[in-house]
Amino acid sequence: MTLTASTPADERPPRTRRSGRRRPAPTVEPSRPLTSAQRMVRRIPLLPALVITIVVTQLPFLVTLWYSLQDWNLQRPDERGFVWLRNYTDAFTDSRFRDAALNTVTITAGAVIISMVLGLGCALLLDRKFFGRGVVRTMLISPFLIMPVAAALLWKYAMFNPTFGLLDALPGLDGIDWVSRFPKASIISTLVWQWTPFMMLITLAGLQSQPGDALEAAKVDGASAWQTFRWITFPHLRQYIELGLLLGSIYLVQTFDAIFSITRGGPGTATTNLPYYLYQSAFNQTEIGYAAALGVVTVVGTILVSTFALRVVSSLFTGSDVMAK
Amino acid sequence: MLRRNRWVTAALAVTTAAALAACSGAGGGGGGGTEGGGTISVAMVGNPPMQELEKLTADTFTKDTGITVKYSVLPENELRDKVTQDIATQGGQYDAVTIGAYEVAIWAKNGWLTDLKPALDGAAGYDNADVLPAMREALTIDGKQYAAPFYGESSFLMYRKDLLAAKGITMPAKPTWQQVEQIAARLTDRKNDMAGICLRGLPGWGELGAPLTTVVNTFGGTWFDKDWNPRVTSPEFTAAATFYVDLVRKYGQLGAPSAGFSECLTALGQGKAAMWYDATSAAGPLEDPATSKVVGKIGYAPAPVYRTESGGWLWTWAFASPKTSKKADAAARFIQWATGKEYQALVGQKVGWAQVPAGNRTSLYANPEYLKAAEPFAQATLDQINSVDPADPGLQPRPAPGVQFVAVPEFADLGTKCTQELSAAIAGRSTVADALTKCQSLAEDVAADNK
Amino acid sequence: MTAVTDTRTEGAVTEPPAPRRRPRRGNPLWGVLAWLVGGLFFFPVLWMAITGLRAESDAASSPPTVFAPPTLTQYREIFDRDLLPYLINSAFASVFSVLLTVLLAVPAAYALSLKPVEKWRDVLFFFISTKMLPVVAAIVPIYLTVKELGMLDNIWTLVVLYTAMNLPLAIWVMRSFFLEVPAELLEASALDGASLRVQLQHIVAPIVSPGIAATALICFIFSWNEFLFALNLTSTTAGTAPVFLVGFVSGEGLFLAKLCAAATLVSLPVLLAGWVAQNKLVRGLSMGAIK
Repeated sequence: MTLTASTPADERPPRTRRSGRRRPAPTVEPSRPLTSAQRMVRRIPLLPALVITIVVTQLPFLVTLWYSLQDWNLQRPDERGFVWLRNYTDAFTDSRFRDAALNTVTITAGAVIISMVLGLGCALLLDRKFFGRGVVRTMLISPFLIMPVAAALLWKYAMFNPTFGLLDALPGLDGIDWVSRFPKASIISTLVWQWTPFMMLITLAGLQSQPGDALEAAKVDGASAWQTFRWITFPHLRQYIELGLLLGSIYLVQTFDAIFSITRGGPGTATTNLPYYLYQSAFNQTEIGYAAALGVVTVVGTILVSTFALRVVSSLFTGSDVMAK
Repeated sequence: MLRRNRWVTAALAVTTAAALAACSGAGGGGGGGTEGGGTISVAMVGNPPMQELEKLTADTFTKDTGITVKYSVLPENELRDKVTQDIATQGGQYDAVTIGAYEVAIWAKNGWLTDLKPALDGAAGYDNADVLPAMREALTIDGKQYAAPFYGESSFLMYRKDLLAAKGITMPAKPTWQQVEQIAARLTDRKNDMAGICLRGLPGWGELGAPLTTVVNTFGGTWFDKDWNPRVTSPEFTAAATFYVDLVRKYGQLGAPSAGFSECLTALGQGKAAMWYDATSAAGPLEDPATSKVVGKIGYAPAPVYRTESGGWLWTWAFASPKTSKKADAAARFIQWATGKEYQALVGQKVGWAQVPAGNRTSLYANPEYLKAAEPFAQATLDQINSVDPADPGLQPRPAPGVQFVAVPEFADLGTKCTQELSAAIAGRSTVADALTKCQSLAEDVAADNK
Repeated sequence: MTAVTDTRTEGAVTEPPAPRRRPRRGNPLWGVLAWLVGGLFFFPVLWMAITGLRAESDAASSPPTVFAPPTLTQYREIFDRDLLPYLINSAFASVFSVLLTVLLAVPAAYALSLKPVEKWRDVLFFFISTKMLPVVAAIVPIYLTVKELGMLDNIWTLVVLYTAMNLPLAIWVMRSFFLEVPAELLEASALDGASLRVQLQHIVAPIVSPGIAATALICFIFSWNEFLFALNLTSTTAGTAPVFLVGFVSGEGLFLAKLCAAATLVSLPVLLAGWVAQNKLVRGLSMGAIK
């Protein structure tokens, strides 16, 4: 499955607003065309990484395509057979599959947006000078460093559990069965807890890179704190926020550990997202053929969405340089 | 460049440490099963009796036989997924695995399990005839025994004798579900955080699915009739599911939709519930002062019934050996040891008689030391197990074996998805009728595969 | 930490770094609020550590008791259940995959920056696009292939998979460091007749080396924490720490205190690494976009 964004950045004029001055091409590009031998030599350092990535990420997809045309339940090995596109027609009429896609969007968007808002708030606090700033920063990044499975189990059993969870001990909140009454919110809050530090680190980097003179000037002009934030800080932060949202989405759309550990997709199918539904089809139902078809549809959908996302990436990573340069 | 050097040094140090560790043999891998003929791999659920087994292995079994046992301990769902995956793909990673009666029927049909009958019947001192008949039958298909029970259980009703006495209630010798509902109504005291009854609500065919199906059975319902017609929306099934959901909603524990065995054990053990219908194996931890605050206050009654004579389920965690194992002999020796009388005596001496894996052997229930330790519940457990007829658990003939399950591969998924719907009904997010309509259509797909 | 964008001019090397803004000082109440928020986020971590020090029946009491007598029983239990091999497996898989990733990513990043191949942009986006594909969709074919190769339950399988999993990230991060190498300096040294080796050693290496640390840290975190592959591809020999952890969830009996103790232990290496190397985190996490 290749996804070369051949690519929006090419067709686009350089975004001068963002990159003060754009480099013509990365680095020491000689002006004369390279000979084919030179081109080969240049490829050599790239090849090992490229080969291993293709072998591990692309070949399985081809195999998945092949499986998706078969009726194959692992537990009925004698009945394996070729069914062409039947798995696909099943997939498109499978309302659980559609629900899973919707849940994926809700959970990803919810977690990414909320952790960005909280992360930005934390970053604004940490951008000030106060006693013990380093300690607070260390405390704040800790949730991100906890193993995701551990975090999920911790929240499930030590926080949300209506009998012996910690939330149960808060006055007025006892006896609420968080996970079954608010399943999506429970998953999202676990994710938010883990990803707020991530957003904070990115927006904090943005805040600390603000040119001091602009802020000084604003102060001299008598701008209020809100005005300074709205007209100077926020425009500067915007690209950091976009970057955070994008990277957060890339990581969180794959959320599996939290759902597997906390709700197993339930109650009903309230928290079954695409990764979990695929897993369920493959390893609970052991319907390898059908799971493969679901996988193919998901991958195609992901490509459509991420082609769009890549356009955003390439603009974020500044014009033709793609990267932070 | 001081900083750089520091990083390089650190990286080198870590690498060296890891390499040394790898060489010392703990995790370096290297070709799966090829190393050391004296090592077998065992996958099992992480229940307390298995944890004891893991701890006792090195000093006894390995010492006596020279066979090293490597364990992979997982929660029930993960274990089932993984072992299914391994056996179905002929992965050959495990020499012995814990499985239940559900898998035995399906996997034996696929020819995936070794027939242990010769090894068990022939072993000196193993006394296969001593294994409880209900358990042995559940693991035997066409005269071949594919697994040996490590421990077994049925289900019964546990109740707080003191709370019932305080209200002047006596538990009938053979309660019906209607009587249980009335008692639950009188014992529920929301102000003091006391639920009348604790019942599983956690999705999963082996979680909520198990007690629910026994209620369905005794209400005269069934998942499928003998011709594989799904009967999930039948009046009997609907009545049973409605009864169960209403009972737990009205008088059940807090957090019912996500409560399984552990949550109910906590609820009853910490004095937050007055009754609990669940596995007979719950009695051990309830009578253990380390985990329970209600030791000695619990009474044990048979599984409640309605239209059938007996209402309990039948489950066993049993050791089986996949045919893909290359060390069948060592695996058989391990299984003989783990499910034998001597192991029970060993646990009795080393850990305590109340912790002995029970429900698998007749002789255990004649052992005075065990009876002394398990006095409150031993007889109730044995009676309950013996009262279950795995071949005929309800009011009608069934298309496949199983009391609280239907032994076809698709049932795990059907049961899990369907209990997800019913768990949502318990949470008040949907109705029983809606849930069962969805279940029925799922059941029709399963039926189509089996007709 | 400079910005995503490059506001520097072509000959930026000699230019002094942009003046760092001094953090604002103001109402001390904001500091108090920051402490409160920090405490709030940190509290679950602390609670996990505390719960691991309790007896099971105290951990399961309702409402939770704050001052239950501490005990090391749970930690002893965990070591009794042979935590060590799992930790060693995790260390092995993480360290070797990090080494491999760096070995592969550094040359690749070089070929996508200083001496770029044609279509380097497509290649770069190809790498990042693999991060967007659902891993779960590939797990069945990967499982079956690994089985055919006889590599199930082998720690090297995880090493290879983690390497492929982290490569895109590593390449992007490393590339951002290579781009910091001043082109003019390279050109000038080339004119002076410096060999490639000399160029790499004296101009490129000093700038790129810190990048290796940032890359290694972030790859280490992701490898150590990985669960899905570890769960599906290992059994009794090559199991890693997350797999060990879920084994504590039991269908029967109480396990909260043991679980928390185990969770604390297995999270510790990454927690410590992250604390110590905080300043490397941002660049790695943002795939090099933020310096």
